[in-house]
Amino acid sequence: MSTSYAVGDTVAVRQAYPPGHVRAPYFIRGKSGTVDQVVGNYKNPEELAYGRRDSERLTLYRVRFNQTDVWANYNGPAKDSIVIDIYENWLNPAEGA
Amino acid sequence: MSDTPSHEHDHSHSHSHDHNNPDDPLYNSHGEHPYQPDSEDTPYEHHHVMAEAVGELLIDKGIITADELRGMIELIDSKSPAEGTRVIARAWTDPEFKARVMVNVNDAAQELGIDPGTIPIRAVENTDSVHNVIVCTLCSCYPRLLIGLPPDWYKSRSYRSRVVHEPRTVLKEFGTEISKETEVCVHDSTADLRYLVIPKRPDGTEGMSEDELAALVTRDSMIGVTTL
Repeated sequence: MSTSYAVGDTVAVRQAYPPGHVRAPYFIRGKSGTVDQVVGNYKNPEELAYGRRDSERLTLYRVRFNQTDVWANYNGPAKDSIVIDIYENWLNPAEGA
Repeated sequence: MSDTPSHEHDHSHSHSHDHNNPDDPLYNSHGEHPYQPDSEDTPYEHHHVMAEAVGELLIDKGIITADELRGMIELIDSKSPAEGTRVIARAWTDPEFKARVMVNVNDAAQELGIDPGTIPIRAVENTDSVHNVIVCTLCSCYPRLLIGLPPDWYKSRSYRSRVVHEPRTVLKEFGTEISKETEVCVHDSTADLRYLVIPKRPDGTEGMSEDELAALVTRDSMIGVTTL
């Protein structure tokens, strides 16, 4: 298990569309945000869903996104945000970071 | 009970029914409201069958006992927003307690004799600069063991899809207008954490006791769709 990111790092959510019990919301894939908090290590729910209980633990992060980066037509101030709990297997370093 | 309109959740229709009009579909010939269909009169859907099958299999295979399943259902049913309101009221009146709530809601709740379960609950505090609102876009994650079962709207596709995309519009529909000076922060509870909003303490409540303050706190304010 690795913890590759620290608070303040810019990360990009993988733009992948695998089948199965996927725990990264569709609307956030491909979007970039900032690590708000490193929550801890949890068993991968995408494996647990199929009864595979001995998979490697994953680091869980709280990642903050600007709403105006998530939605092209966001109707609200630029300061509005959304914070999502995302496991490390869904994150990459943001380009240019 | 055929042709009974399912109007339980749809009050957009006019309420000017004539109770003596036998043609009014919402009333029977005696002018009485019809019964809602019993759940066993509605079609038995795939997910009902699967839920029962999984429950029976877990018991048949000895993974849990029927008593444990019943005990968990009773435990969840015994929870209500009241326990959450006590945590909020104490946090408003005791800064040191609030500091502990902001670190770990579960441990802080236990100080008040509340058992909030083992799934970690995090508090997010509403202030003049930020208003927090909670959703689970993937399912219906909710701090059930602290504040009880979520309202039906919390689980609806409409709330889950809209509050992340147009939170200010959704909040307005709850009667909550957030100033443009205040950040709206949506928390999507998709993983191993649950969230509890600490609402802003209303003005003019300085002299109130903890019990009086707890009575002011609503379920919706702990989800963040309303303010107090």
